[in-house]
Amino acid sequence: MDFFLSRYRNLTVLLVVITAQLVLIAYQVKSNNSVPLIRVWAVTAVTPVEQGLEVVRRYTWGFVEDYFVLLGVRSANEKLRQENGQLKIENAYLKSELGTADRAKALSLFQAQSPSKTVAARVIGNGTGANSKVVFVDRGSTSGVESGMAVVTPDGIVGKVVDAYPTASLVMLITDPTFGAGVVSQRNRVHGTLRGLGHAECLVDFVQNEERVDLGEWFYTSGDDRIFPRGFPVGQVTAVRNGKTFKEIYVTPSATQVEEVLIVINGVHQEIPDSETASPGYKILAPPPSAVTQAPQETGQPAALTTDADRLREIYKEAGDAQHHVYGVGVPGSKPPDFTKIPGLRANAPPAAEAHPAAPGNPGPAPSTPGATQAGTAKPPLPGVSPAAQPRVKPPTDKAAAPKPTVRPTTPILVTDPTDADPGAEGAPPPPKPSKPAATPAQTAPPATPSNP
Amino acid sequence: MTEYTERLLSESPRKHAGERLRAIWLLIVPLAAILFEVYVPRFVPFLAYLELPLLVTVHFALSRGGPISAVFYGTAIGLAQDSLSHQPLGMYGIVKALVGYFAASVSMRFDVENPVVTFVLSFFFYFFHQFFYWVLARALLGEAVLFDAQQTLIFGLLNAAVALPLFRILDKLKGAS
Repeated sequence: MDFFLSRYRNLTVLLVVITAQLVLIAYQVKSNNSVPLIRVWAVTAVTPVEQGLEVVRRYTWGFVEDYFVLLGVRSANEKLRQENGQLKIENAYLKSELGTADRAKALSLFQAQSPSKTVAARVIGNGTGANSKVVFVDRGSTSGVESGMAVVTPDGIVGKVVDAYPTASLVMLITDPTFGAGVVSQRNRVHGTLRGLGHAECLVDFVQNEERVDLGEWFYTSGDDRIFPRGFPVGQVTAVRNGKTFKEIYVTPSATQVEEVLIVINGVHQEIPDSETASPGYKILAPPPSAVTQAPQETGQPAALTTDADRLREIYKEAGDAQHHVYGVGVPGSKPPDFTKIPGLRANAPPAAEAHPAAPGNPGPAPSTPGATQAGTAKPPLPGVSPAAQPRVKPPTDKAAAPKPTVRPTTPILVTDPTDADPGAEGAPPPPKPSKPAATPAQTAPPATPSNP
Repeated sequence: MTEYTERLLSESPRKHAGERLRAIWLLIVPLAAILFEVYVPRFVPFLAYLELPLLVTVHFALSRGGPISAVFYGTAIGLAQDSLSHQPLGMYGIVKALVGYFAASVSMRFDVENPVVTFVLSFFFYFFHQFFYWVLARALLGEAVLFDAQQTLIFGLLNAAVALPLFRILDKLKGAS
């Protein structure tokens, strides 16, 4: 034995070292324990140097770069200021826009607006290994970071924490081949599993061929994996094709520039937006509330009749039915229905119960009768015009007074009755004065409080 | 040690010079190589395929000549690399221990001062390193990672080209120390 060990000492040492490491690997794989002490030592030895290098780089190379860049920008701005004041204003505007687009500010805004509790971190280095996509961030367990936490940016998810050390954490990016996360499509609510491919794109797996996924559709986190809260954007579909069992859906992650990230300490599920979202960075206003939701309810019109053409068609159809006329049946030259008998077109004003006079300054409901539609009602307030300057509708003063339309009729046939004339029109008789010479403020005030002046 | 080996050893200027890297360089050089690997590719992604810790291991094994010390040196560098990855500890450790052992064994039989020999050995050990790591990942961890032989060959040539000036620099550092 001694002869063997002395003759093959080198080989024996090699075998012992390899065997020891094989046992170490087997122990880690079986117990799912990564022997953190050695890792903590290595990471604690390396990450402070990395942080120092990053600080040095930022304050040396970044300073030099900024100096030369700003030198040219400053001189150009000076010339522009001297030459044209308008360009000066535009320059200031663009500067403010650039400031708003600053990543750190966007990150802090997102952090403040997100319901999830997050902690900001900076990427300080890559992990080793050619196939793995992991990075180190400068926040560790002392900042509350734990393994399994989600890492996101305002643009989308970045990855998840796989190891948390005292001063740093190891984050597996979503492009890592071993990464997985539950996702759901925005439009069709198709659930799948996001997998990294080792390059820029990711694959959404386990989606049946029968499911529908469109090109350009957005995927969001579904929250099924218990790591990523529901509702974080993941990316946009760039290619879809049917596979043997499951679809092959390729997604380009929306979070591409990863410098500063947010680690989700305490995640809160969010709703996945229903409407189509534009690319990050574009703000879309919400739809006006009154135009969509109020009009159909207050007019009593069928939900399908939403346009003026539809309403007009319905009016003529009712007129034809009343005169037992069927459109499209008579020969050319036959007598058409008498459209002058459409109720509400002439002096036979609609009863007060049917007409809904609008309050001043309030767009009011859409007309519910054909006459009201033709004669017109109060127009919605003009945008940008003060309520006092808006065309007013006189409120009913007594029982006999019918609601007067204030909008100028669109066809001459509708102004045959002088009472229908627009009081505000030139040459029209002045409106009747109130019975009391001095009206109280309550009387002069509009009958209904404008909800949207 | 055979007579043939002793004769070859006597012909190697590395062995006769008796130059030894000091302990501080033994720590600083691999640490710098690992730092380069984890930091620089952030700004130059292409350099992610530059395996400086492997080249440092090869240089140490070729210059020291002792297989046992090369095994431990490679193991230490490999474990440090493993610690900075999300793989189990020992993957890089085993591979670099083997590289160190074989490089040290080869250094007894070749004139490693020759640039051509250095280039060929660096290329060979890079390919061996990548291939054996892929085998371990598949066999021990069951990972279905791809092995792109063509890309590995190209990056092997790149690493071998970098190894020539790097070894010169390390030799000068060793001489200065």
